Amino acid sequence: MDALKRTPLYDLHLELGARMVPFAGYEMPVQYKPGVMKEHLHTRAAAGLFDVSHMGQVILRGADPAGALEALVPVALKELPEGRQRYALFTNDAGGILDDLMVANRGDHLFLVVNAACKADDIAHMRASLAGCTVEEITNRALLALQGPAAEAALARLVPYVAAMRFMDVITAASDFGTLWISRSGYTGEDGFEISVVQGQAEPLARALLAMGEVEPIGLGARDSLRLEAGLCLYGSDIDESTSPVEAGLEWAIQKARRKGGARAGGFPGAARILAELESGAPRRRVGLLPEGRAPMRAGTPLFASEDAADPVGAVTSGAFGPSIEAPMSMGYVATANAATGTQLFGDVRGRRMAVRVADMPFRPATYKR
Amino acid sequence: MKYTEEHEWLVEEDGIVTVGITAHAAEQLGDVVFVELPEVGTTVSKDDEIVVIESVKAASDILAPLDGEIVEVNEAIVDEPGKVNEDPEGDAWFFKVKASDLSPMDDYMDEAAYKDFIG
Repeated sequence: MDALKRTPLYDLHLELGARMVPFAGYEMPVQYKPGVMKEHLHTRAAAGLFDVSHMGQVILRGADPAGALEALVPVALKELPEGRQRYALFTNDAGGILDDLMVANRGDHLFLVVNAACKADDIAHMRASLAGCTVEEITNRALLALQGPAAEAALARLVPYVAAMRFMDVITAASDFGTLWISRSGYTGEDGFEISVVQGQAEPLARALLAMGEVEPIGLGARDSLRLEAGLCLYGSDIDESTSPVEAGLEWAIQKARRKGGARAGGFPGAARILAELESGAPRRRVGLLPEGRAPMRAGTPLFASEDAADPVGAVTSGAFGPSIEAPMSMGYVATANAATGTQLFGDVRGRRMAVRVADMPFRPATYKR
Repeated sequence: MKYTEEHEWLVEEDGIVTVGITAHAAEQLGDVVFVELPEVGTTVSKDDEIVVIESVKAASDILAPLDGEIVEVNEAIVDEPGKVNEDPEGDAWFFKVKASDLSPMDDYMDEAAYKDFIG
């Protein structure tokens, strides 16, 4: 096995008392001293600083990078205005999901943020498929996320203009920490920012933010419970090559222009299946699940329509305790017939059938600044 | 106080053994969010999985350290699992077992041995 990689904030994580774990080939902080529960609640109450430097940062240049990239994603990118960002999915020929990503129009190029575990494959995929474009992996920049209701006030002390940004805006900003590429986005359901910073300035920037009273460092453990409360998919758990965007309930990411009858309908891998499912539905759906007891239903828990049914109708793909909703929560896939909100199902937990209800997501409403 | 390799602590008084998890175990588990205890009156055998603990990270079991009968359980940690992190070696005990055979107690570690064990 290859040696684990470290982010530019590795020494700072150790200094802050982080417990480090292997994640997607990196040594990453899973929690700091306060622990997952307090870190989660702090992010919802004030502001949390996350090191997401393991994620891939990619620049796409060419005569028409948005048009070119549309051949790989079921997402309308040609209309994406300069200074705006959009969620996208790389699909495969079978209509499965290769990765989910963010695409920002930064004027003369597109800036992509992709998942750490997928970045090598994503880059190879783009290089093989995007004739006329150059695909540049940015390896000299770290990526920080600052999330929570106090994120704006905190970051505005360093970059005042961020207060004027709306959800999914992207800017380039001069700062004491070099040129920052900032988006008003994140993956916690909170208002907040993702900040790309040159490697050598990452630690000074992190220290400047952490010196503010509202900001605490937050590990991957809380990142996971935050995103699950927000109903957001974790690639590799909730979506993967075997799940289609419609099964995953990600139709909202497929704009009209790419659907049947749209100006640029189809033309992406797996279009036949995905367009058909948009018309007539998918055989199974990703749903939110609220167990009736206090026991979390973890990934892999089989789901049944009744207490004594022999065959499962689905399975949990993510499950944890939600510190803000003060209850266990899960998401998973179930047969469409069992996917209506309120449907009672049973999860097999340690050999016992535990009651669980299909529930709307997010479990906790998002607080994005629209 | 005695300690098991499963990170339980045990205190015996008049043949009744109170069982909890060590501070080290609570710290390793992370925030505890769910505890399932055996019913009072249950007859247990040594190494039966009789308690389920779910933390923010994962599920784990507590094994019965002795043969005997469960005579009391601590419902307070079912209602407030977070107590296990706050006071694991005090108020957040798990259950009391009336031992039918106390001899395994001799094999469990004392505090010094447990400290060596967890390094």
